[in-house]
Amino acid sequence: MKTVGKVSGIISNIVIVKAEGAVGQNEICYVYAGDTKMMAEVIKVTGDDAYVQVFDATRGLKIGDKVEFEGHMLEATLAPGLLSRNYDGLQNDLEKMDGLFISRGSITDPIDFERTWEFKPLAKVGDKVSAASWLGEVKEQWITHKIMVPFVMTQSYTVKSVAAEGEYKVTDTIAVVTDSEGNDHNITMVQKWPVKQAVRCYTDKPRPSRVMETGVRAIDTFNPLAEGGTGFIPGPFGAGKTVLQHAISKQAEADVIIIVACGERANEVVEIFKEFPELIDPHTGHKLMERTIIICNTSNMPVAAREASVYTGMTIGEYYRSMGLKVLVMADSTSRWAQALREMSNRLEELPGQDAFPMDLSAVISNFYSRAGLVKLTNGETGSVTFLGTVSPAGGNLKEPVTESTKKAARCFYALSQGRADSKRYPAIDPLDSYSKYLEYPEVEAYLGEKIEKDWVKLVYRGKTLVQRGKEANDQINILGDDGVPVEYHERFWKSELIDFVVLQQDAFDDIDANCPMERQQFMYKKVLSICEHDFTFADFEACSKFFKGLINLFRQMNYSEWQSEKFYDYDKQIDEYVANAK
Amino acid sequence: MTTRAFQKIYTKIDNITKATVTLRATGVGNDELATVGGRLAQVVKIMGDSVTLQVFAGTEGLATNSEVIFHGEPPKLRVSDNLAGRFFNAYGEPLEGGEQLEGEAREIGGPTVNPFRRLQPSELIATGIAGIDLNNTIVTGQKIPFFADPDQPYNAVMANVALRAKADKIILGGMGLTNDDFLYFKQVFENAGALDRIVSFVNTTENPPVERLLVPDMALTAAEYFAVDKGEKVLVLLTDMTLYADALAIVSNRMDQIPSKDSMPGSLYSDLAKIYEKAVQLPNGGSITIIAVTTLSGGDITHAIPDNTGYITEGQLFLRNDSDTGKVIIDPFRSLSRLKQLVIGKKTREDHPQVMNACVRLYADAANAKTKLENGFDLSDYDERALKFAKDYSEKLLAIDVNIEITEMLDTAWALFAEYFSKEEVAIKAELIEKYWKA
Repeated sequence: MKTVGKVSGIISNIVIVKAEGAVGQNEICYVYAGDTKMMAEVIKVTGDDAYVQVFDATRGLKIGDKVEFEGHMLEATLAPGLLSRNYDGLQNDLEKMDGLFISRGSITDPIDFERTWEFKPLAKVGDKVSAASWLGEVKEQWITHKIMVPFVMTQSYTVKSVAAEGEYKVTDTIAVVTDSEGNDHNITMVQKWPVKQAVRCYTDKPRPSRVMETGVRAIDTFNPLAEGGTGFIPGPFGAGKTVLQHAISKQAEADVIIIVACGERANEVVEIFKEFPELIDPHTGHKLMERTIIICNTSNMPVAAREASVYTGMTIGEYYRSMGLKVLVMADSTSRWAQALREMSNRLEELPGQDAFPMDLSAVISNFYSRAGLVKLTNGETGSVTFLGTVSPAGGNLKEPVTESTKKAARCFYALSQGRADSKRYPAIDPLDSYSKYLEYPEVEAYLGEKIEKDWVKLVYRGKTLVQRGKEANDQINILGDDGVPVEYHERFWKSELIDFVVLQQDAFDDIDANCPMERQQFMYKKVLSICEHDFTFADFEACSKFFKGLINLFRQMNYSEWQSEKFYDYDKQIDEYVANAK
Repeated sequence: MTTRAFQKIYTKIDNITKATVTLRATGVGNDELATVGGRLAQVVKIMGDSVTLQVFAGTEGLATNSEVIFHGEPPKLRVSDNLAGRFFNAYGEPLEGGEQLEGEAREIGGPTVNPFRRLQPSELIATGIAGIDLNNTIVTGQKIPFFADPDQPYNAVMANVALRAKADKIILGGMGLTNDDFLYFKQVFENAGALDRIVSFVNTTENPPVERLLVPDMALTAAEYFAVDKGEKVLVLLTDMTLYADALAIVSNRMDQIPSKDSMPGSLYSDLAKIYEKAVQLPNGGSITIIAVTTLSGGDITHAIPDNTGYITEGQLFLRNDSDTGKVIIDPFRSLSRLKQLVIGKKTREDHPQVMNACVRLYADAANAKTKLENGFDLSDYDERALKFAKDYSEKLLAIDVNIEITEMLDTAWALFAEYFSKEEVAIKAELIEKYWKA
């Protein structure tokens, strides 16, 4: 029997419900405004009063309106057929909704229950299995989608039967397993999981050791993101957070990419809808959309569903991770989610923390980031969820609660600077403020030493030092004047400019420069470094700046040329001659 | 609003604040309208049988025995082609008398367009102002505010942009507009012979501030009628959104909500987003473009209102008084149009993106040279040339009184490059230099 209740209070999208029975914290319920059925979540219980946040507009709702409790928390539906879909924050398929406008209470199926899948069994009768064990597989796009023992089944089981190879619907039974007490359980290809709980069906969560290539030089070369790692991009508006995230989502070396557009602009999502079905994944040659899932809860969609959207995205990520895949989850922007928490907390009249955010903000954020990671599955394979979030600090001030809480939780920090954005130095990742903790991991150092070249990390630190020294020299020049400092100061400054213009800056709107593979990054970086290591002798500071401006121009043309093309090598040669002349 | 038969009239108000009243009533829907002592009010909170109403015109003079009548429906606007050419107050009632509106009554602040049904904006809006067309190109379906200090001529620039934009309809949402500015808009539109394309919803400084809260939703409901039902290109002008946000703060304060940054309500971001996100490019060819004004105090963009706005809108246009030329220019550093990438170099000449960036980079060099000069250092030859370039650039391209075609803007920029710089210093792709360099 479902618990029912009646509306007894309405404050914007918080509704107070007199419940006639038991209700659970975070339980899902439906609130009926006339014929419209709206989903809501319990966020506080006091006596008989359940405070629920409605994932829709409460216009016209009246005291005494009916409420039905569902007896479970907010769940994601996990099954083959999630890839390429466009969901709202509650996993309703936006494509399936009728009409131009999203009408209130629109609920659509997250997957296609009618279509069939070519199932191949993996498990054999008598196998010992537990949650997330692979029973079989289907081909979803070009990805091998494992059919697993549902995550909610916590015991050990013995496989009693597995379906033969053939076409099945997701709701067909594909295996029967027996628990220790001899009870049989039918397993289908579809399962559900409460989004706010982490999926923990793995044996081990080691430290990340591999690097996830993104094609963005300022990240891969200077502050690499580990596979299974976490990172965040804070930046004031206009600094290029979204452009950077889109670039990464197009180029990252991942099997599955989940983009959570959380409380941001609808036109940005439209861009993804339009571009991704046409763009090609540079690593596999398949269409980008085939490996992408979009969860879209734009800023004008219901606030409460904003919070749900990041959890829905993460849960789907964990699902694909359990298949031994490399998953990248990106959320733009986590600040909007934090603001949604603030709006709720405010309406519940909780005592506020800093900037009126809820007191547990920091805990909520670190808890969420901790769901990412590289994991060892029960069968010895590995899978990973890499998480990259953006943060939109109020007033561009990084000393605000969301940025500070995220800084404690994420291992990579890509600070976008207003100054760089103003002078159109994109991506505006600040080379000195940003960091990747993974560079300090011996595992990562060893991996990069193997994958790129020996002592690569040392070269990275060398480049960072040169940028730092260039900045210091520039400060001196600004204080003492061009003539007030030795020419070497100018040389130092211009060497850092060379690194900035050639390595750190990248044209996200140029077909060639937008994506820079690691091999090319290595080539360019070493070429730039070798010039920086040379001590030139310039007559005066004007000769110095003239030389470097010319050099930067040649390097930029090289960045715009196709990798290893004739044009590319032509510029390479020109640069060598240009430098040789100056020596 | 006339009373209907069998409507229950309440005459016992329990609680009166400056903006709200609370009374005991049953069967009331959330967001529903009511009349309190003859003034319009809206339900904002219901707790059991205790209903809180926000009284738009303020509560001065209301008594505990004032009559309260619930209308049973949220605020609506009657939409039809007859909206065109007329002026309304915040409630959608005709100003200066005139007949009441006919047509279908639509709820204001209606549902969201399914993002999956939107089209990507791709149609350029040419304004003739190079600070916009060249550096910060605007596209139909975009939302972009002017960030301006109160003494700057933002309303004049906006009226200019609106008239040159070739929109099918222009909808003016005036919030806290001075009567002088209101008359200015009216006159400019009238002189341009554009009155039949204009619909205005105006709350002037003479009207109560809380009424303003209805203006954007009224304007956008009218906009949706023309764009969705008629497939027209609609341009919505909202001025001044800072005063709208101030009204939000007043109401939230009266309702004892905990304020967040700068005394603004915690929901400011969502409240503003609900308005701005109505900007849309529709599959039927219709579109809603929003150009707004957010006034700043002392140029401070870290204040919660411009800050949240910047995160919602697709860029912002900064006005600045340029001391070198004595003109008002559109600041190339702080202004940004996020959607320009969709059209520049595609709908405009191929060299547009690179020319635009080179101009701004060289202008930045001039700014550095200026700092050097102010600090008493000698200028290099390059610095001198950059400074001269900056002056010409400001005068011929950035000033808001410029009115030329985009191709002419690009040619002007190339001419300036050739006049002051070498090809290497301009650092544009070699192919483009070959093609366009003005020797």
